[in-house]
Amino acid sequence: MSDSAEQLDALLGRIPYARYLGMRAELAGDEMTAILPFAPHLVGNPALPAIHGGVLGAFMEITALAQISIMQGLTRQPRPIDISVEYLRSARPLTTYARAEIRKIGRRIANVHVEAWQETRANPITLLRGHFLLSPKED
Amino acid sequence: MNNSVDIPAPSERGRFDWSPHSRALGFEFVSAEKAFATLKLPFRDDLVGDPDAGVIAGGAVTALLDHVCGHAVMTALDAMTSIATLDLRIDYMRAAEPGLGVYAEAHCYKVTRSIAFVRASAWDRDKSDPLATAQAAFMVNSDAGRRPGANLAQNASTEGPSS
Repeated sequence: MSDSAEQLDALLGRIPYARYLGMRAELAGDEMTAILPFAPHLVGNPALPAIHGGVLGAFMEITALAQISIMQGLTRQPRPIDISVEYLRSARPLTTYARAEIRKIGRRIANVHVEAWQETRANPITLLRGHFLLSPKED
Repeated sequence: MNNSVDIPAPSERGRFDWSPHSRALGFEFVSAEKAFATLKLPFRDDLVGDPDAGVIAGGAVTALLDHVCGHAVMTALDAMTSIATLDLRIDYMRAAEPGLGVYAEAHCYKVTRSIAFVRASAWDRDKSDPLATAQAAFMVNSDAGRRPGANLAQNASTEGPSS
């Protein structure tokens, strides 16, 4: 297992809320895919059923945090400053995937876009844009 | 065709929560009146975001804000119907205090035939010192034309936004 894969596991393992959601992630080189297997406690609309919009927002937010942490080798989590989530399609009771793209990273702020999809990557279900405050690197 | 169900009075609708995720997170009803709703997310160890800080995860606050906005829309509507978040913008002003639960209040200030517009804020100790604010738009009657269980179908239409 590479250093960054271990770092990623350690990072997600240390976030109780990520464990609560049942979220994990895989690395292909420096490209991370976050994975959220479907579970009944994630449902918002039980009639359809559909995954709760807040779950998707949280999942994509943690995806962004994890991507920044891997790229920067941070040991402390970045903090969200603002996020904007766009809901394109109903999230079905299936596994959801997400990838984050860091559009700009400076000394203090990172701008990150995240896309989440289910069966077809070309048809994303939700998008997130956010700014994150980087914490100083610990030695 | 009208697929709405007219059950509780608007002020009572905020109490009515059929979302499994809301129950799983342990959201508590605080108050509701027409177009307003307040919920509380009690502190829980498994909802912590940064173990070094011991505070509730930003993501859990995101879910709370999304949900309380939905409640405010429900109390603003004349009849019960399905709604779904279209977009949600959140500003995080500060972290919650360690070990404290989070309150969130939402106001649905405008409803059109298709869309409801909502503002919300979240705080832990003092309402005048919010930790996050939100602005959201919801689709009204979002399940229109889709039967219960529609999302279970193999080739389900996924044209509507999520809830």
